[in-house]
Amino acid sequence: MAQDSENSKRLTELRMKHGRPPASPSEPRAERAETLREAQPRFRGLESGHRACQGCGEALAARLVTESAGPDVMVANATGCLEVFSTPWPQTAWRVPWIHSLFENAPAVASGMEAAMKAKGKNTKVLAFGGDGGTYDIGFQALSGMLERHHNVLYVTYDNEAYMNTGIQRSSSTPHAATTTTSPAGKERMGKRHLKKDLLSIIAAHHIPYAASASVAYPQDLQRKVRYAMGVEGPTFLVIHSPCPLGWRHDSALTVEVARRAVQCGLFPLVELDRGALTNIMPIREPRPVSDYLELQGRFAHLFNKNDYRAQEELDHLQALADHNIEIYGLRGEGVDPIDSTGMSHVHRGGPLAGRN
Amino acid sequence: MREALEGSQAIARAVALTKPEVIAAYPITPQTHIVENLSKLVADGKLKAEYVSVESEFSAASVVLGAAAAGARAYTASASQGILLMSEVMYNISGLRVPLVMTIANRAVGGPINIWNDQSDTMAVRDAGWIQLHCISNQEAVDTTIQAFRLAQETGLPVAVNMDGFVLTHTMEVIDMPSQEEVDAFLPPFEFADALDPERPRSMGTLVDPNFFPEVRHSHHAAMGKALARIEEIDKAYKKVVGRASGGLLTVEGDKKAKVGILAMGSVVGTMMAGLEDFKDEVGAARIIKLRSFRPFPAKALRAAVKGLDKLVVIDRAISPGLGGVLGTEVSAVLSTLKNAPKVYNYALGLGGRDIPETMYRDLLTTIEDKKAPRFAVFDADLDKLAPEDR
Repeated sequence: MAQDSENSKRLTELRMKHGRPPASPSEPRAERAETLREAQPRFRGLESGHRACQGCGEALAARLVTESAGPDVMVANATGCLEVFSTPWPQTAWRVPWIHSLFENAPAVASGMEAAMKAKGKNTKVLAFGGDGGTYDIGFQALSGMLERHHNVLYVTYDNEAYMNTGIQRSSSTPHAATTTTSPAGKERMGKRHLKKDLLSIIAAHHIPYAASASVAYPQDLQRKVRYAMGVEGPTFLVIHSPCPLGWRHDSALTVEVARRAVQCGLFPLVELDRGALTNIMPIREPRPVSDYLELQGRFAHLFNKNDYRAQEELDHLQALADHNIEIYGLRGEGVDPIDSTGMSHVHRGGPLAGRN
Repeated sequence: MREALEGSQAIARAVALTKPEVIAAYPITPQTHIVENLSKLVADGKLKAEYVSVESEFSAASVVLGAAAAGARAYTASASQGILLMSEVMYNISGLRVPLVMTIANRAVGGPINIWNDQSDTMAVRDAGWIQLHCISNQEAVDTTIQAFRLAQETGLPVAVNMDGFVLTHTMEVIDMPSQEEVDAFLPPFEFADALDPERPRSMGTLVDPNFFPEVRHSHHAAMGKALARIEEIDKAYKKVVGRASGGLLTVEGDKKAKVGILAMGSVVGTMMAGLEDFKDEVGAARIIKLRSFRPFPAKALRAAVKGLDKLVVIDRAISPGLGGVLGTEVSAVLSTLKNAPKVYNYALGLGGRDIPETMYRDLLTTIEDKKAPRFAVFDADLDKLAPEDR
């Protein structure tokens, strides 16, 4: 209890410092606030004014994550779009202590920061951010080390399924058959030849206390997962599907719609794992065909060429991958379809952790 | 207290005296004994530190970077391939101006694989922007390690303390270990003004474009220049508390009036001093210049140290293939502004742990008596072992 009151005191102090006073239950919010912005009781870790592209899924996800994580954090950020668009010297969009070192070492830098906090007896939570290139590929070893050593760090992957910062090159997270500048479609190729790496299963094999997938299309679900991870003492991992209008070649107004369809067709299942065991899923009552998701994106345009027999083969292949996800995670839901709901806070979830908030 | 200690154990004890908060390391010969000893001190409760056993040297360097950036006194140690794996992080640590300390147990770099001593590893990160100090004995390595922590936090730069692998790390020597009280009096608690702190959120390691990058590099270079004076001051301050200095930027030993000099870094300096005693009657006494600070390079002090010399042998424990010796080339460049610069003979010795006997002193001085003596050579290479086309 003493610890709780200490934490809440510190949180209040930090909120005041950042000009975001805590909501008082006695005063209705609208009466206190003069502007809509002031009415927002939330902390913003990533401010507006940064240089992300229109419709950037990663910027949206990072804002949601830092908002939920709150001010008493420090962030180690891998090289990538997020680092570049948020910190063109001498400007920064971060309202939390933030460090960028290299592409492949964010988990190790975060480990060091966490060790420092431990040595100093401080509770400040360390977060590490990386893209899929920095996580699935070049920073993979450092991430495994961080998880194995059980550092109290929340690692967040903003998965936009290619090296976007360098101009859309294939990563091990790029989905099968997607075109990128290094997995183009042509006479001999139908985009990426290999499968998207099943990173979450590898993370699960580390038996860490909590690992989950989330999507920018489901902000309440995403934020709940962040809040839960923040409360865990030990390594936690979150992969967030974050569309990139530039790289996926879709209308920048459709970021959320594209992300939603990825979940609805089963290609990006939203799941939670506790020490490697599946504990929760976001159910899909009526899975959409994968073509609903793929057709919005230029990176899959070659799959809709009616004159190419290979196109249908690859569509069938992707549909089979989605069906496999639905099968192994048991995504087929019952009752009210949570995914059609506009009130995302009313999403019904199954599994033993249902209702956890 | 005077005690016979293995070099690595002495370094571990010296590091413990500085009360590091975070230690990260990955095993590599000949650094292992240092970190083994430190982890034992932590396990025995004699050292209250977070000991992070990482999965690579790359992560070792990254962990200490993160720890120091978050305001903790941090230490790591490595060698050889480990230093090369760390090199990207090393540039980053200094470029972000994160103060921390690393021991380099100098070892050759493969291939072919060779685990023995030379200084190729530290030369490979010559331009990484770290302060690089060299020690001739384990006593100097102990004293320099303790000084390095103060140097790092006063200059805001990372410091690498070099000690020759095996020759120092695995050798027993009588060490006069400073007491905890002395170290506490000499070394204030770690403070890093730019540390990450939720009370005062700031961004570190941001994207710096061409509008600012040359200024960043200039200020780094300037900071290294300013560190020259700090190295000397801190060595003096250490002497005041502990009663023993480690040789500032460089020291001149041997016959100070000699016309022939030998310049070297690391344990080979000790070999040359012993050789001088043994062979001074035969080939004369040389002036021996013991270079302690390789980065920042003490150009001014070096020009003063060579005054009156006709010939200078610069011993390199590494080679830049296609050029010659690294240290020798740098010394030549620095002395080129002198009117009466000594003639520099640059010889690479003891590469990959080839033994450097005391007779080498005599052999070097005899060689340069010949007017046709080469200006650079891998001095102790036995060319008969090579096929004619490889000579």
